[in-house]
Amino acid sequence: MIHTTIGSAGHLLVIIAFVTALVATFAYFKAGMTNAAIDEQLTWKRFARATYFLHVVAVLGVVFSLYWIIGNHYFEYHYAWKNSSLSLPAGYTISSFWQDQEGSFLLWIFWNVVLGSILIFSNRSWEAPVMTVFALVQAFLTSMILGVVIPGLDVKIGSTPFLLLKEVMPDIPVFKMDPNFIAKDGNGLNPLLQNYWMVIHPPTLFLGFASTLIPFSFAIAGLWTKKIQEWIRPALPWALFSALVLGVGILMGAYWAYETLNFGSYWNWDPVENSSIVPWLVLVAAIHTMIIGRKNATALKTSFILTIATFILVLYSTFMTRSGVLGNASVHSFTDLGLSGQLLVYLLSFTIVSIGLLIYRWKSLPSDDEEVSTYSQEFWIFIGATLLCLSGFQILATTSIPVYNKIAEAFGTVLNMALPADQVGHYNKFQLWFFSLIIILTGVGQFFWWKRVGKGKLQGLYNPLLIALLISAAVITFQGVKDIQYIVLLTAAIFAIVANGTILLNIIRGNYSLSGGAITHIGIALMLIGILFSSAYTKVVSINNSGLMISRSEEFTNNDNKENKENITLWLNKPEKMGEYMLTWRDVRVEPRHIPGYIPKSWVDIVENDYHAVALRDIVVNDKKYNSKGDTLEIFPENFYYEIEYREPSGRVFNLFPRVQINPKMGGIVSSPDINRKLDKDLYTYVSMVTNPTAEPVWSQTENFTVNMADTFFVNDYVAILDNVVRTDSVEGVTLGAGDAAVKAMIRVLDNDHEFVITPSFVIRDRMVARKPEVNNDLGLRVQFQEINPQTGQFTFAVNTTQRDFIVMKATEKPLINILWLGTFVMVIGLVMATIRRFRDFIKMRDRENAAANKNKDKMKPQVA
Amino acid sequence: MKKIQIFGLVIIAVAIGIIISTAGDASTYVDFSKAQEMASSGDDESIHVVGKLKKNTAGQILEMEYQPEVDPNYFTFTLIDNNNVSQKVVYKSTKPQDFDKSEQVVVVGKMQNGTFAAEKILMKCPSKYENGKLETTEATASKS
Repeated sequence: MIHTTIGSAGHLLVIIAFVTALVATFAYFKAGMTNAAIDEQLTWKRFARATYFLHVVAVLGVVFSLYWIIGNHYFEYHYAWKNSSLSLPAGYTISSFWQDQEGSFLLWIFWNVVLGSILIFSNRSWEAPVMTVFALVQAFLTSMILGVVIPGLDVKIGSTPFLLLKEVMPDIPVFKMDPNFIAKDGNGLNPLLQNYWMVIHPPTLFLGFASTLIPFSFAIAGLWTKKIQEWIRPALPWALFSALVLGVGILMGAYWAYETLNFGSYWNWDPVENSSIVPWLVLVAAIHTMIIGRKNATALKTSFILTIATFILVLYSTFMTRSGVLGNASVHSFTDLGLSGQLLVYLLSFTIVSIGLLIYRWKSLPSDDEEVSTYSQEFWIFIGATLLCLSGFQILATTSIPVYNKIAEAFGTVLNMALPADQVGHYNKFQLWFFSLIIILTGVGQFFWWKRVGKGKLQGLYNPLLIALLISAAVITFQGVKDIQYIVLLTAAIFAIVANGTILLNIIRGNYSLSGGAITHIGIALMLIGILFSSAYTKVVSINNSGLMISRSEEFTNNDNKENKENITLWLNKPEKMGEYMLTWRDVRVEPRHIPGYIPKSWVDIVENDYHAVALRDIVVNDKKYNSKGDTLEIFPENFYYEIEYREPSGRVFNLFPRVQINPKMGGIVSSPDINRKLDKDLYTYVSMVTNPTAEPVWSQTENFTVNMADTFFVNDYVAILDNVVRTDSVEGVTLGAGDAAVKAMIRVLDNDHEFVITPSFVIRDRMVARKPEVNNDLGLRVQFQEINPQTGQFTFAVNTTQRDFIVMKATEKPLINILWLGTFVMVIGLVMATIRRFRDFIKMRDRENAAANKNKDKMKPQVA
Repeated sequence: MKKIQIFGLVIIAVAIGIIISTAGDASTYVDFSKAQEMASSGDDESIHVVGKLKKNTAGQILEMEYQPEVDPNYFTFTLIDNNNVSQKVVYKSTKPQDFDKSEQVVVVGKMQNGTFAAEKILMKCPSKYENGKLETTEATASKS
């Protein structure tokens, strides 16, 4: 049965949400008009609030409907069919929700609803103007998932997630046969996204994006109601909150990429990554100018510009990643849903209106009478904010290259511009210097801020500078940092840690709650050091020293031996030397759902197109028996883990299990690394190619060997010796009766450094001959005992050969990457402290204002009476 | 001149520097003939070439070679650009994982001694997850 009700309800609720957002925008706008009578304002405000709450309820209803469809596996719905499947573990059905564009818009809408409700309750005095902006944004966002066709015009607005499969693909033959056809199972979630980071990364990132709306709304409200300076106090804590959440969201994505993708890095300068970091950089700049904006008019003006810019950049980034404009420039942008036009309208509306309002009010903004002194705190903070913006501008200028092509196309010319071939080099060339300067300024700025230095007394900075230089010299010598640009960045970061640390020690004794800034700066400096070492000093361990020797030896060694040979081939159970390690690929393992760790693939037989497997033996892990032979158990059918044994020179042995996902639906293999984490470095290993573990081996044509006892013969280029033929009492898989007999041959096969014994059996049972071949995967051999000739005393064996199993892998070492993660935690702590402090400031001020307002009211009452 | 004006001028200068450098570092989309022309004139800038794989009527990829058992870091194939010029491409790294099912391939690199030496391969694959829409994947041979 097709569950049409829930989808219709969802679609209806989207329409209600859209309409209520529009009505709330208008009502809040009316309530915010200062020239109206107080009574009228109050009426509008009450009406607006009621409409907004209707909107909240509608949005929650939409979220519930979509989740209900996915959670109950209603595969008649395209969204559920496309993004989830029966075998998907419950935790990941949540990720299916935002796997597609519509769901991620919905996630954004949901966060806006939450944030808007908090604002209404926490900040009554700003409600009308702030919520006008909020409701308008909600109207635009809900229009993206509206899915309504305007009759007559043939214009579709938005793309709804509540379409049935047959509405999306009416042409597929199955619907001609049975219009009520419901798919039995869904397509499933991309296995790369079946990861716990993908459960928490998108909501965090979208909360970050959504929360940039709050400072923006306050800035617009400030311009609109001419509260030119007052908006900063309520906006600042939210700006900090936004920087915190967006920063954490971006870093979660980076960590997911490091752990799951095989790019070998946490940051790849991909356009999608860039378009999330640029708003963050500008937001951080905005926070700094907001902090000094109440004292300095230039900073106040800049705060308006940067706060508005942050939000517009978020919209621009949304446009870039969702309109399809990036095309083949990005690995993980969404495909075009036909929303480009709508997204462009959204982007341009807010750009034009907010910039227009700013220009309109520009004259009434205050300006400084006096020129700012080079020795003032404002000056240094201002320089820092400028550098942050320039850094963001550089990233944006390059990331927008596909956009330039589109613009040129619109004007009828062909630009054919492409992203730089060496993106990392291109960005680093600028960003390394920008960040060296920025991080130095965090230290200098703090000294000026806390008045530890000033005009004529710069001595305060001498000690930190001296200490930083000494530490840097030690680190440079000890770690062998040779390149000048890295020496500069390292010294700058160490100076920042020392300088901010000095300030921290000074102020923490007085009032620790003020130390958020210094702690955040230390965190960022630590992150830079971690990034410097882990990316600039990545060492490829898996240098291939054998490969090309055979085919192109000349080419292999030319160009100073620098040809790309960073991947090595490993054969099953054949140790290979790699760097200081001895490597052996041992086994392929599978991942059972309710048993810890991975079990050898040979223990189970995987049921095709299902998520079950049959145990071929008792499954015992860590001395605990989980399943008996013949049991059916649940597994993750796509995941295969390649057990690679690392033997260190000290003799210590550890295993890594890089993953390969083989998904017939995705039509290929997807590999994820495994990481051996040490305090001072990570050993990062991934497999880039494997012989398909699910495919049946392809055997060569049978070759017969007839040999005498102790004869030597050659199979598949190996030396084989028939050592003996012995009588045996048991043959696996065969029950021997009273009159039956069985013999098995002992064939010794010599490999370079290894000996294998292959024992095929020859059975006479009920006067019939049975031959049990033996397969050796290490050698790629199958040997069958074919015949015994009693006259000649000769034995015949049938031999088939196959491709031996191998993998191609790469291993790199990432030194000091833990400093990056440590820095991340420190930065988060600092930002949390700063956010809490600014929220306290705001609440104190709000309560004081409320108290004053109440007193006024009390005074007025007797007069009225 | 006031300090703020000097400051403004410096920022504008840096911004112009960034734009010029971006334009300078930006690569271009060309075809193989143009790539050959550039290489012969001594221009060793890396460029993008868009093309399709050489396939027979049954849809099998022709002239593609990857033998990891001999050398896992040598992958070669023939790409036909939009002007129907076919060119041997050498990629000194592992064969990208989605290569076989890719419909359109973008190679980034330059011509060297008659073959195109690719530093990076971008692929557009019809993905089941996107219901026949195209999805981009990327592979880089860069030294990390």
